[in-house]
Amino acid sequence: MNAVAVDGVWKFYGDYPALRDIRLEAAPRACLALIGRNGAGKTTLLRILAGFSRPGRGEVRICGTAPRDTATRRRVGFIGHGISVYDELSAIENLTLFGRLYGLKDPKKAASEWLERTGLERVAGGLVREFSRGMRQRLAVARAFLHAPSVLLLDEPFTALDDRAIAVLQRLLREALAEGKTIVMSTHQLREALELATHVALLNRGSVAFSGERTAEMAADPGFLYARYGEG
Amino acid sequence: MDFFRQVMVVAVKDLRAELRTKEAINGSLAFALVILLLFAFAFDPTGDTTREISGGLLWIVFAFAGTLILNRSFARELPNDCLDALIAAPISGAALFLGKAIANYVLLLAVELVSLPVFGIFYNVRWSQQFPELMLVLLLGTWALTVLGTMTSALTVNIRLREVMLPMLTYPVLVPALMGAMQLTMTLIAGAPINAENVMWLKMLVGFDLIYTAVSLVLVETVLVG
Repeated sequence: MNAVAVDGVWKFYGDYPALRDIRLEAAPRACLALIGRNGAGKTTLLRILAGFSRPGRGEVRICGTAPRDTATRRRVGFIGHGISVYDELSAIENLTLFGRLYGLKDPKKAASEWLERTGLERVAGGLVREFSRGMRQRLAVARAFLHAPSVLLLDEPFTALDDRAIAVLQRLLREALAEGKTIVMSTHQLREALELATHVALLNRGSVAFSGERTAEMAADPGFLYARYGEG
Repeated sequence: MDFFRQVMVVAVKDLRAELRTKEAINGSLAFALVILLLFAFAFDPTGDTTREISGGLLWIVFAFAGTLILNRSFARELPNDCLDALIAAPISGAALFLGKAIANYVLLLAVELVSLPVFGIFYNVRWSQQFPELMLVLLLGTWALTVLGTMTSALTVNIRLREVMLPMLTYPVLVPALMGAMQLTMTLIAGAPINAENVMWLKMLVGFDLIYTAVSLVLVETVLVG
């Protein structure tokens, strides 16, 4: 069974089709990189996969169930454009809060472990509003990984990250793939993404222009796909 | 059991965040006190007419000051896209809504309980002579404002003019509950009991609370996700 299955998905904003008949699949242990220019539909697709909005037509399945099922939401970790943590709470309070919402048995222990794994243990009690941008991003990564999701949906995960945060995220994503998890990420940073990706999908004006395994040719020349399949 | 645990997690999170920033409660409390003071200047506090309408004035103040708290309810989730994280979490929209409503309720009641003695002094009314009955009206009327305001806050969270839209959408629907709360408060402040003549307003307040709570719990998932 595919971890992520998108079957004939359309999404309309008014009359404008932001997504047109998208068909994609990602197996366990696969890392699918969604690439495409601004407005290609990457974020719209990821938001449908995460259950933030519903498709106009078509069907999405995450591990065989609908994105809005409670069981599905327990299996999914999402990093969007925002860091999705509260400025008024401390790092440990934020992670404990999400640990409780995800029904973890020991939310405080899980929060402490993830603060350590992301190098934030020394600022565990500090308010997020006092954090640097890199620290906030690492906390966002910890929040997404906290409940051990089997599917990770990442929207531009490398954007605005400092070198340390990029290294932390890449390490965690490699570990996740080795553990059999599935990653779907949208990105403009082709070099970082193609290092990790096992599969690539190029979106062009809401349609899939290319979908397939990542080849050595793509990794060597990140602009290859754009040059070959157009960019919209 | 999980549902109520999730409700409390959301409520405690909202209260903790609000107590750290005090953005909504400071604004709401200051607004309530200033309006009470201005109305006291506008009307003669010793006049019988003023005492007769004072219950109505009180609920107008609560309704206006309340929107400052209710506006922040879902809007506080917008910085850093925190609403996405809550929607992505495996909790029902109903648990999220009820948690936020409880947090709003606590904050609104706090503002009202501070405003009441000030109201008593400015308007020369003995508001505490039927304290338990007045508290019952306060609890029911405030829940009506809270549940409707929290739902409207969810509805308008992504609208640019949400500060304008929230009162515009809330007040017209709230009219029956406000009328009941005003009538009962005026009666109790005047020293009269809740009897067969005015118990209808109490029943309507209870009915309003039950209906709008049920409708909100059913619809909030659709409002948040579409």
